[in-house]
Amino acid sequence: MNDRVINEKQRGKKLHFNVRQRTVAMIIFASTILFAIIISGLFIDTEKIGINLEIKNQAPSLAHFFGTDWLGRDMLMRTLKGLTLSLGVGILAALSSTIIALILSLFSSWSKIADYIVTWLIDLFLSVPHIVTLILISFAVGGGFKGVVIGLALTHWPSLARLLRAEVLQLKTAEYVGVSERLGKSRLWIARHHFLPHLIPQLLVGFILLFPHAILHEAAITFLGFGLSTETPAIGIILSESMRYLSTGLWWLAFFPGLSLLIMVGIFDLLGRSIQRLIDPFHGQRG
Amino acid sequence: MRFKTMALYILGKVVKLATLLIAISILSFTLVSLSPIDPVQSYIGADMTRVSPEQRDNIAEYWGLNESKVQQFMSWGKAVLHGDLGTSLLYRSKVADVIGERFVASLALMVVAWVISGIIGFLLGIIAGMKEGTWVDRVIKGYCFTLASTPAFWLGLLLLMFFSVWLGWFPIGLGSPAGILEADVSLIERLRHLFLPALTLSIVGVANVALHTRQKLVEVLESEYVRFAKAKGERGVTLLWRHGLRNISLPAISLHFASFGELFGGAVLAEQVFSYPGLGQAVVQAGLGSDVPLLLGIVLFSTLFVFVGNLLADLLYKAIDPRMRRGGELNE
Repeated sequence: MNDRVINEKQRGKKLHFNVRQRTVAMIIFASTILFAIIISGLFIDTEKIGINLEIKNQAPSLAHFFGTDWLGRDMLMRTLKGLTLSLGVGILAALSSTIIALILSLFSSWSKIADYIVTWLIDLFLSVPHIVTLILISFAVGGGFKGVVIGLALTHWPSLARLLRAEVLQLKTAEYVGVSERLGKSRLWIARHHFLPHLIPQLLVGFILLFPHAILHEAAITFLGFGLSTETPAIGIILSESMRYLSTGLWWLAFFPGLSLLIMVGIFDLLGRSIQRLIDPFHGQRG
Repeated sequence: MRFKTMALYILGKVVKLATLLIAISILSFTLVSLSPIDPVQSYIGADMTRVSPEQRDNIAEYWGLNESKVQQFMSWGKAVLHGDLGTSLLYRSKVADVIGERFVASLALMVVAWVISGIIGFLLGIIAGMKEGTWVDRVIKGYCFTLASTPAFWLGLLLLMFFSVWLGWFPIGLGSPAGILEADVSLIERLRHLFLPALTLSIVGVANVALHTRQKLVEVLESEYVRFAKAKGERGVTLLWRHGLRNISLPAISLHFASFGELFGGAVLAEQVFSYPGLGQAVVQAGLGSDVPLLLGIVLFSTLFVFVGNLLADLLYKAIDPRMRRGGELNE
């Protein structure tokens, strides 16, 4: 038993070095792929995804890796466009949710009542199924792309806010915070100089780990028919359109776009967890 | 004294539920009334040109749309308190009836998926935890992380393509075969229609429980008492049965109860893919078709649903875990 523990410790030490290197490699790899998706998505001209009835309903081939749909549109191009769109919406949703979470967690350090309000708000948002909230907001805004973006931006903060709040609560009891208070520093000063620097790693990781959720929810809500018009190549719309052609055997219409989305979400998840491991050794190693 | 704590606990939960429902109804009503979608227009739909302005005013008057928003909320709230959620515009019947009928269908789906995913997730978590660091663990972990990135509805589409289109084993959609009266549908047929959506939900639901159980088991196995048990020569299943199982089952079960919200969200998507006539499909239709009473009704109902899940998780801890029980008595 003892030998094993020591062995594991030694192995752990050796591995630790490798884990760091591997993690950095993973981060570089993941970012490269993401950038490739964005750039290729941005540079696709609309001609490529135009209607071309001569090549409709083609199975995947060397000319069209993902096949073509019933209007002869190239599915690879549409998928890339859709992924770029998802990414854009994801950035917006993750950024605004991170900001909301940060503000609320700092606000919760203000007083007991403030903390109570924040926890109550978190509980409130977590008490309705997320999809239902998204539908409600989308309806309130009057539908359209705007509704999807606002809905996604306003609903992803609770879990991160809960995490940050716990962190702030812990920091509040630290001695140096007490010293600053005695020295007559304002709460704002303490929040900026003591809390914020501690929260930045959490914010970064939280920001990236929000992407998978936001992107999946974006695909889900557009799949359900909220928001985007049918010409927009969003993954959710591509998939919901493909449902009409499933029974005729056009399997590639659904298979590849969904798989691409899965891979992109997976990369974000990997990226987030790698960075977490890199900057937060206590938490990341258990992962 | 015991009785008093229990009464206080129940009272606290009731107050919490009441404030929650009030807050949710105020918030969702505000959101709905912010909507620029004209309820009369969405109600009449394509026949708009055939309706005279007077008739429009009559409908608006009948629905009380000319009153202030606060008054509208008060009359809606009063009706809700009397158990009247209003009339669904799409289904032309009482919202409560629609929800009740649809919920039964959804409940069948969710219960099956919930139980199956719980059991499989728990078992996978145990296997991964017992074999921590080996390839088995890595495969299970990788599987769970992949699942977490999988769009649930895409998985549904894949299953639909594979089992219904390619193999032809299962019907492509709907809760019962078309063209047959509701009463004549056999149980087997119903199960056949239930199978694929339930399978989709079960596969998706596994990841959380499995990862959580694995984590807990790894922690338990590192504890002092397990080391002592190992020193006594206990290994494998015996060790797990005597020292692991009780410690990890409670967190897993209560986590699973607390995941009702995600379960509901998954059901919305699965029902849409398989056109299964459940509550999830109803909420999508209500949102798309501007059926405000139904939408509000389902928002409130799903809140209640999630609350019940969390309450059960909480109660389970209180009732089963001896440490919590004793803790509760010590607090008195």
